[in-house]
Amino acid sequence: MGLYRDEAVVLRTQKLGEADRIITLLTRGNGRVRAVAKGVRRTSSRFGSRLEPFTYVDLQLAEGRSLDVVTQAETLSPFAARIGSDYERYTAGTVMLETAERLVIEDKEPALQQFLLLIGALRAMSSGERSPSAVLDSFLLRSLSVAGYAPSFDGCARCGLEGPHRAFSPSGGGMLCSTCRVPGSASPAVETVALLGALLAGDWAVVEASEPRHRKEATGLVAAYLAWHLERGLKSLSHVER
Amino acid sequence: MYEGVVQDLIDELGRLPGVGPKSAQRIAFHILQADPVDVRRLAEVLIVVKDKVKFCSVCGNVAEDELCRICRDQRRDPAVICVVEESKDVVAIERTREFRGRYHVLGGAISPIEGVGPDDLRIRELMTRLADGVVTEVILATDPNLEGEATATYLTRLLRPMGLRVTRLASGLPVGGDLEYADEVTLGRAFEGRRSVDD
Repeated sequence: MGLYRDEAVVLRTQKLGEADRIITLLTRGNGRVRAVAKGVRRTSSRFGSRLEPFTYVDLQLAEGRSLDVVTQAETLSPFAARIGSDYERYTAGTVMLETAERLVIEDKEPALQQFLLLIGALRAMSSGERSPSAVLDSFLLRSLSVAGYAPSFDGCARCGLEGPHRAFSPSGGGMLCSTCRVPGSASPAVETVALLGALLAGDWAVVEASEPRHRKEATGLVAAYLAWHLERGLKSLSHVER
Repeated sequence: MYEGVVQDLIDELGRLPGVGPKSAQRIAFHILQADPVDVRRLAEVLIVVKDKVKFCSVCGNVAEDELCRICRDQRRDPAVICVVEESKDVVAIERTREFRGRYHVLGGAISPIEGVGPDDLRIRELMTRLADGVVTEVILATDPNLEGEATATYLTRLLRPMGLRVTRLASGLPVGGDLEYADEVTLGRAFEGRRSVDD
């Protein structure tokens, strides 16, 4: 059984037996990996806080039959400390972790883009310069795009007709023109559609200039779009404080 | 597969946490070979524990009556409440013999990824306890992990406007450990919370 090294973000931890934990990781080179951290719940554990969710670590892992085993860990960036100390960031950040876990479907299939996106989002979230809610919405749209569910906020998602259009439909894949419009489509404000485009593109100047009511509407549409594409809803989304 | 009741016993034991099929089989055969008196005692305790044990109506700790032993004890200081996640934590703190106040058991920590939010914990009960103004200090003794920290942050935000003294357990280096193995967050906290040795 071989040893390998990788960089990873800890997505989720579950208790295992007396003092162990199963750690779900998103790694740079190996995609999603589930590994056992032995003795991590003891106060004398040499892992300490290094394997808490949100932490960006450099790991050595030993390949196991079903689960790998964490043998060494070094912190690269302790996002956990700065995210856990603010309730709004904590709840928004948790949704990012759960989304990353769900959108990277296969274990041990490299998912470098998702990894880099998550690192960037955690960095933005922990710096506290931007609103946690906006960072979350931007991450969700981009993460969905990387996974192959990119929404369209300018041209019609069905026929490609140049926008701007009025109707938004999660099942339709974004904005729809008046011909393609499906029953039950939402009709968001023009400013909200522009904001959604900015969130997807990472145009922070537009995002920060937006009004609270448009941000709220955009958040609702992002949540609807995410729920449609993930089929099963996220547990953490209803606990986000905004 | 074993015959009838032996297999039933193995199946039942196998449903306990941390007991796999092999362990269940080993425990089942241990019971078969054990003294009937010992086995009867085990069976009785299992039934009694489910009948008698309740949760204290004040603090949420396990109790045999309406109130737990600590809430009944008049000598305990009613002005200080220590907030913990589980009953196990009450026992751990009691073992230190350092604390003479009372407890409040939340029943877990806020963990959105597991679907546990503030409304699923006994936070409303805590606020009711604080309403009469007897309590002057609340000690937040949730686990020093991410969920525990987030729960403490949430409670701090809720409690601070009430004019109480809100404290959090110190965190730092474990007694009996090596400095070189301490992780950055723990070592950082130890520096932050360092104290003068003069006094």
